[in-house]
Amino acid sequence: MNDDHRRGAAAIDTGAIGRLMQQVHDWERSEVARFVARAPERQPEFRTSGGFPLKRTYTALDVVDTPIDDIGLPGRYPYTRGPYPTMYRGRFWTMRQIAGFGTAEDTNGRFKYLIANGQTGLSTDFDMPTLMGYDSDHPMSEGEVGREGVAIDTLADMEALFDGIDLEKISVSMTINPSAWILLAMYVALAKRRGCDLDKLSGTIQADILKEYQAQKEWIYPVAPSVRIVRDCITYCAKHMKRYNPINISGYHVSEAGSSPLDEVAFTMCNLIAYVEEVTRTGMHVDEFAPRLAFFYVCQADFFEEIAKFRAARRVYAKIMKERFGAKNPESMRLRFHCQTAAASLTKPQYRVNVVRTGLQALAAVLGGAQSLHTNGMDEAFAIPTEEAMKIALRTQQVIAEESGVASVVDPMGGSYFVESLTTQYEKAIFAVIDEVDRAGGTVKLTEESWFQRRIADFAYETALKKASGEKAVLGVNRYVDPDESFDDVELHPYDASTATRQIDRLNRVRRGRDDAKLRSLLDRLVAVARDETQNLMPVTIELVEAGASMGDIVETLKGLWGTYRERPVF
Amino acid sequence: MSGRERIRVIVAKVGLDGHDRGVKIVARTLRDAGMDVIYTGLHRTPEEVVDAAIQEDVDVIGVSILSGAHMTVFPRILDRLAAREAGDILVVGGGVIPDEDVARLKSLGVAEILLQDTPPEAIVAMVRRVVAERGPR
Repeated sequence: MNDDHRRGAAAIDTGAIGRLMQQVHDWERSEVARFVARAPERQPEFRTSGGFPLKRTYTALDVVDTPIDDIGLPGRYPYTRGPYPTMYRGRFWTMRQIAGFGTAEDTNGRFKYLIANGQTGLSTDFDMPTLMGYDSDHPMSEGEVGREGVAIDTLADMEALFDGIDLEKISVSMTINPSAWILLAMYVALAKRRGCDLDKLSGTIQADILKEYQAQKEWIYPVAPSVRIVRDCITYCAKHMKRYNPINISGYHVSEAGSSPLDEVAFTMCNLIAYVEEVTRTGMHVDEFAPRLAFFYVCQADFFEEIAKFRAARRVYAKIMKERFGAKNPESMRLRFHCQTAAASLTKPQYRVNVVRTGLQALAAVLGGAQSLHTNGMDEAFAIPTEEAMKIALRTQQVIAEESGVASVVDPMGGSYFVESLTTQYEKAIFAVIDEVDRAGGTVKLTEESWFQRRIADFAYETALKKASGEKAVLGVNRYVDPDESFDDVELHPYDASTATRQIDRLNRVRRGRDDAKLRSLLDRLVAVARDETQNLMPVTIELVEAGASMGDIVETLKGLWGTYRERPVF
Repeated sequence: MSGRERIRVIVAKVGLDGHDRGVKIVARTLRDAGMDVIYTGLHRTPEEVVDAAIQEDVDVIGVSILSGAHMTVFPRILDRLAAREAGDILVVGGGVIPDEDVARLKSLGVAEILLQDTPPEAIVAMVRRVVAERGPR
């Protein structure tokens, strides 16, 4: 790289910089000073939601320290402007509304409804027992079966969930973490039973366990064996499922648990580093698996901050993979992410306003270069969304894609003095957090010490105080409150009280129909494989689910070996 | 209150629900308002929460639940309190709970339910009010 390429984005010569500085100085002292004397600004200082100070306006001076090569071009290192050269001019982002409730049949119906309305990818929400690895008839599952997501106990449920859906044609995302490897095993078993080519399957499991301890709080085992499970998913997919993303390193939950947007991205990078180190310890080269690593971020309300956040995330990822891990394959350096609008930004009062909030967040996600997007339903502050709410949410994406014209140019925000400057500030701040974590002993150690958890709780508390004082505007809650509002006319998604019975009936049918001796011998093998850290858990787990093992059979067996995780709560 | 100045509260997460942003804000808010606050951590059973509440001699149990399982969780807490003859411990709740269920829970004996976006000072005021209304133990 020669010096010309290292120069600032503005690439203006020293003389021009001097003249511009003089102009800005004059402008502040004349036009601005006179204007402010007559009409003061709304507040003494302006900041992003994440606390970054904002100037009155931005000029070429604000990008002189951003090298031109750091901005670069779409589809070229460091991918600030997008992972692909043509982005949405080739095809739009995947419109992927998440769905999951009741039994597999109930959710299958919603999937088909969404596909019929133009959705281009599937995304599955599981109920709490499935997420935590309990069978539907476990005492901890009482009241939870099929409520917040779909209940899955055995391969028979998986068959019903994807009945009539061609797995080679549509990508399927599964939001599942500590029990992810079992769901992946069921997915593979189902695909094999249908005669699918595993290399043609596309989709993802979330399987980002570190952020569970930090933010979303779904766990089963202690940290070390849980990270090993993630490793096994990554290495299995690298060898057997070429197009499948074995992990979605997720900032979404970090943010929704209350973190700053900076910590959202910084924590994903800390977790990324921990996973890559774990996998490369097996002897696998980074280029053998990194092309399939994927990310998941929220899009919050602060429009330009979110766009800068996404652009900075791509740049930071590229540099980490190339400089820290020695990646050679460009595909190992380009960050691809799914995005979801911010559920915690939705309000119950004047809930229709949520359509507008979601629309703006979705627009920022698109301008930030998301590969796939979920837009929240306007009624999600009440319950899981109705069909009608999901349709409006999907239409919101379609309006952005097909009516607004924003998808016709790649990275239309590129070159904005403000957005480029904020992108670079974000990049520096993300690397500063990574350095702090490195110096303090690394991600796993700090997770066990609740360092991440405390930072999230601190920012969440600050945000709550700002909402209470009105400093942070929430329409309908701390401004423009409608005291006479009634929610009587709101139609909510109903919970079918027969769900648990229907689900447990099927689970018991599977239990009656299986070969118990074979199951016991496979469970013994599972324990042996789990004991030997050089082995991969996936093949035996696939055999287990094919033999009718339930999630609970597998999870409880390994609890005997690994024990369970108990959090040291901080507030 | 049993002759003491400070209100004692246990805040709890019950069942599999892992959403703990709100409960931590509530815990910190009540502590900053001068109350003694114990947080159970996640994934407790109703029985564990009641037993801890009795052992810690609290005035109020605050249960946070966003998973939709509130109609299962609250009755079990109230039943356990009754069974252990600790019905003078007040139960309050918060989270994502439909209005019709709020009314049902109150009729079952839950003292108060606060929903999303309740300002911190309103949470403090509510706890003080329900304790004052109950009177000395």
